[in-house]
Amino acid sequence: MTVKTEAVGREWPATTYEVGKEKIGEYARVIGLDNPVYFDREAARAAGYRDVVAPPMFAVVYSSPAVGPAMLDPDVGMNFAAMVHGGQEFEWNEPACSGDEITTTAKCLDISEKDGKGFYVFETNAVNQNGDLVARGTWTLIVRGV
Amino acid sequence: MADLNVGDAIPELKVTPDKYLPHRYAGASGDFNPIHIDPELAKAVGLPGTILHGLYMMGLVARAATDLADGDPGKLKRLSVQFRGMGAPETEIAVTGTVKEAGDGKVTVDVVAAQGDNQTIRNAEAEVQL
Repeated sequence: MTVKTEAVGREWPATTYEVGKEKIGEYARVIGLDNPVYFDREAARAAGYRDVVAPPMFAVVYSSPAVGPAMLDPDVGMNFAAMVHGGQEFEWNEPACSGDEITTTAKCLDISEKDGKGFYVFETNAVNQNGDLVARGTWTLIVRGV
Repeated sequence: MADLNVGDAIPELKVTPDKYLPHRYAGASGDFNPIHIDPELAKAVGLPGTILHGLYMMGLVARAATDLADGDPGKLKRLSVQFRGMGAPETEIAVTGTVKEAGDGKVTVDVVAAQGDNQTIRNAEAEVQL
């Protein structure tokens, strides 16, 4: 068996996510972050942010709704039962703050096969309401026994 | 922030996630994959029990990296990781790192997250502005 590659280069419909103050706080508490910029508007503003600011890895929260359907697409054809998250990269640009509306698109960058494993690479680009890039993500999923 | 030079170790971050951490991370992140929250299902698919979300451990790596810039989230510019092992709740995670490049007001750090000998995140690289 071999991997299907017809989805390489495909883009999926954009998703939008409005960043909320309490959602940022919830995420920050789980990670154990205690900088007041994640909880307190005045502290965030004093630190130079427009509003309560999201931790960098909150990028997962606003980007996942875009990349999820890409991963589930039958044309991509990943066997979820044999899938592991192999690697992840984010590059951050403009901070994501409470009240921001973030639009994320997902694209399939590459599908390849090596030693009986399928490698599926997706890219997400998240931009804010001003059109500024917030975070670019590269998601690598590995499927055993393709 | 103190000077960081090539070869310097970054301050170690140690966290022991409790039994219910994966539930809270699922709620915070929206990732409710049952292998993280349902011990019976996890065992049925051959795991010893529920496993931590890889992206939670990456969140701890990001925390250790932003700590280099006094915890300022805007200073972490890039983070790239490979997930190489499964993490378990109720076991201490140690995030360690070594400065690989330094200059022009930023550092690139090689980072590892491990539970004992089990390196759950390896080949991780963080770029932080100081």
